[in-house]
Amino acid sequence: MPLLYPLVFAAFLFSAGVYGVLARRNAVMVLMSIELMLNAVNVNLVAFSAYLQDKLLAGQVFALFVVAVAAAEVGIGLAIVLLIYRNRETVNIDEVDLLRW
Amino acid sequence: MNGQEIAFLALAVVGGLAGLFVVTSRNVVHAALWLVVALSSVAGVFLLLAAPFVAFVQVIIYVGAIVVLILFGIMLTRAPVGRRVFDNSLRARIGALVIGGGMFAMLTWFMVDAWSGERITNRAPTTTEALGNAIFRNYVLPFEAVSVLLLAALIGAIVLARRD
Repeated sequence: MPLLYPLVFAAFLFSAGVYGVLARRNAVMVLMSIELMLNAVNVNLVAFSAYLQDKLLAGQVFALFVVAVAAAEVGIGLAIVLLIYRNRETVNIDEVDLLRW
Repeated sequence: MNGQEIAFLALAVVGGLAGLFVVTSRNVVHAALWLVVALSSVAGVFLLLAAPFVAFVQVIIYVGAIVVLILFGIMLTRAPVGRRVFDNSLRARIGALVIGGGMFAMLTWFMVDAWSGERITNRAPTTTEALGNAIFRNYVLPFEAVSVLLLAALIGAIVLARRD
C-alpha cells in the first residue's frame, strides 16, 4: 500500500488527540486523548519499520516500548486524578489552578 | 486498489471516526468505548503492516488493560455519567479545532511533500521469534530500563492512591 495511507491515518489520530487535550476539561478525557496521540505515534513507527524493512525491527521494538511507557503513564495519571478527586471533589482540570499566577 | 488497501481504508475510516468521537463525545463512558474501537482499528492496521506481535500486544495491553483502567478511573471519580458533561467554552473549542486542524493540515502537507510516491512492499509478517531476537540482542538495555520504569510506576500508583 502507499506509505502515505498509514501516515495520514496517524496524523489524523494525533490531531484528534491534540484537540481532545486542548478542548476537554475532564481529566480522564485528557488522558484518553493522550492515549490517542501515543497510538498515532505507534502507527507511524510501525509503518516506517515496514517501509524501510530494517533488519533490527527498530520501529516495532520502539512501538512496544511506547505501549509499556503509556501503560505506566496512564496508571500514574489516574492515581493523580483519583487523589485530586478525593481532595477537591472535582475532576475539572480548570479548577486545579493553585500553582497558577 | 488491492484487497490490502481496501481493508486499510475501511480500518482507517472506522478508526478515524472513532478517534473523532472519543474527543467530541458528551458522555465520558461513551468516549472510553469509542476509544476501544479506535485502539482496535489501530491493532488491525498493525496486522496489515506485517506486525502481528505488536497488534496482539496492542489489543491485550491497550484495550484489555488501559481502557479498563480508564473506566475504573471514570467510575471512581464519579464523572457525570449520562448527564451533560462540563466542557470548555465555545471559543476555547474553536481555538482547539483550529490548532488540531492546522496540525493535521501541516503534517499531511509535509508528508505528501516527502513521501508522495513511496509504497510499502509486501513481505512476510514479522515473527515473534525475530522480534524477541531483536529485543534481547539489540535492545536489552532499554528493555531493562522499561522494566524499572514499570516497577516505579506500579509502586508510585499504589503509594499515591492508597488511603491512610
